[in-house]
Amino acid sequence: MSSEFWSEFPPRRNRAHEVCGPGALFFALSFAAQTPGPVLWVSERWRADRINPVGLSDFLAPGRLLTADAGDHLEVLAVGEEALRSGSVALVVMELNKPIGLTEGRRLQLAAETGKTRALSIIAADTGSNAAETRWQCAPVFDLVDSTLQKWELIKNKSGTLGVWDISWDAKARRVHVVSKTGERPGSESRAG
Amino acid sequence: MWFPKLASDRVLRAEPVDAPFALTLHQNNTERIYCLNEAAEAAGLHKGMGYADARAFCPDLQSRKADPQADLRFQHTLARWAGRYCPWVGVEGHDGLVLDITGSTHLYGGEAAMLDDMHLRLHRAGIAVRTGLADTRGASWALAHYGRGIAMPGNALGHIGALPVAALRISEGDSVSLQRLGVRLISDLVALPRATVTRRFGPGVLLRLDQALGRRAEEISPLPEAPHYGVRLTLPEPIGLAADVMAGTGRLLERLCTRLKDQEMGARVLNLTLRRVDQASQNIELRLARPLRDPDRILPLFQRGVDKADAGFGIDQLRLEAVRVDALPPEQVSRATVRRQDQLDDLITRIGNRIGLENVRRFLPADSHIPERGYIISPAAFSDPAEGWSAPRPRPVRLFPPEPLHHTGTEPPGRFRWRRMSLTTGRATGPERIAPEWWLADENWRFGVRDYWRVETKQGWRLWLYHTPQNPGWFVQGEFA
Repeated sequence: MSSEFWSEFPPRRNRAHEVCGPGALFFALSFAAQTPGPVLWVSERWRADRINPVGLSDFLAPGRLLTADAGDHLEVLAVGEEALRSGSVALVVMELNKPIGLTEGRRLQLAAETGKTRALSIIAADTGSNAAETRWQCAPVFDLVDSTLQKWELIKNKSGTLGVWDISWDAKARRVHVVSKTGERPGSESRAG
Repeated sequence: MWFPKLASDRVLRAEPVDAPFALTLHQNNTERIYCLNEAAEAAGLHKGMGYADARAFCPDLQSRKADPQADLRFQHTLARWAGRYCPWVGVEGHDGLVLDITGSTHLYGGEAAMLDDMHLRLHRAGIAVRTGLADTRGASWALAHYGRGIAMPGNALGHIGALPVAALRISEGDSVSLQRLGVRLISDLVALPRATVTRRFGPGVLLRLDQALGRRAEEISPLPEAPHYGVRLTLPEPIGLAADVMAGTGRLLERLCTRLKDQEMGARVLNLTLRRVDQASQNIELRLARPLRDPDRILPLFQRGVDKADAGFGIDQLRLEAVRVDALPPEQVSRATVRRQDQLDDLITRIGNRIGLENVRRFLPADSHIPERGYIISPAAFSDPAEGWSAPRPRPVRLFPPEPLHHTGTEPPGRFRWRRMSLTTGRATGPERIAPEWWLADENWRFGVRDYWRVETKQGWRLWLYHTPQNPGWFVQGEFA
């Protein structure tokens, strides 16, 4: 089960990916944590909610992070495309709140291919473009023991299968960790048998 | 050369006023007249007069605020202009210039002709000027301010002897005391025994006298010539293709960068002006993330601006100027690491020219336990990445302005509504008390200390709530991963 996950995560190079849902920020940060190199974070200037570098220093060194505050939706896409094309950053994260059209999605995809980088758009549910390579839906899950548990669902994949995984954050190794299904945990009946 | 009305002439050149006019400056809590035109002087006003009094004297007085900085710039502009008469031009006080015209008078046909030329040109430009010409700096100052004309060589005393002692550039107090003693003219002062003057007034008065009479040397320090980073290319035939403009810009850049390299400078802001045949011109501004003087790197950054420019009927002049330059000393670099950094800088430049260079930022750590002040946001073009991040306790990955919750009590709510969602608390960790930094006045922290709780809801959301015990209320401020 977890080997399937590791063939999908971190999402493939030279491609544009999308993530939605309340756990999207966690996904983006885990993605950035496993991508060496500078990360450009593009968002719109008017947004009141900001990423907090002190909080995300658990995931990646904030020194790797560059932020760009664009004026509007189109500027976010334009800045993202420019950065992807230049290939000087390893990952471009765009926070979007309007639907991406097919043209824009395809342009991001082409730019990521030219620059040999990865693009990740944080989108609202059901506003992605068909040009994206993968789309993930992430949501935090309440758990009595683990307070980083998330459910990640791969809901679109152009070159692979879909899947659902329970994910937790391993703070020591600074990477995500796949939680085995209830039946497959060490010590459970099916495993022993 | 003395410009008695430099400040008001500067303003009146821009917007002529045919009435009493004065510039006012706020000094010692009152508005005082800083400079005034002839009409205002004729009405009985003078410098340093209170503005309210002046208005009472002269009801139709027009006035503007004085701008001493702009006056200083104007004075330096005039100094540059005066370079047409001789290369040795210095600034005298805040309203004068001093020129050493030794050896350049014959170019204008003699001293008198040169002075006439100065007067004529400045009069045409609308600037009042008084000139004095003598062997020494002191004597010419005296002539410009209190007399007029040209002092013959070797006969300074003969010309300035009849001027009042104030013409010696001595302090106002000294000049008044000398007059009280009956020493009104410079010739009277020369007649006095030197020892008595020194005993009474110190060495200052005689120093000025000696300087004026040429017994002691006084130098003129010319203004340093500011290096000019501008190049232009005039074309015999207008061009219109973007590729041609880029080729022209490339040539200009090569020349400019050679000049920058000689001075060990790097361009920070570049301005490319395209002049079209119909005399309209377009500016393309390029702001760089790092000081640069490498033409191969700068040229591609102009591509976007040049593509957008409208060539009209053709462009016949290109002008490239480094508006802002920073020191860029040569440094040893290793090939491996620098390439990626250069690419990143170019990217910051390109993004910065699209959304504004100050909008590309990075985070720097700050030493504060207040969550919003635990970091500094700094423009990426003017800072370097810093290490030293530490979060002693878990901190949310996203912060937003506090959103109030409907709840009372000191324990976190069991059920609450937030962003139109109904949430149930599964586990609450806390409280963590954070006190405001009293040494900084912060409007957001006016409700006193905060007790922070990390609340994990059954619906999945992990939120950062706080309670303000000193002014009961509950707020949501952040979201954990």
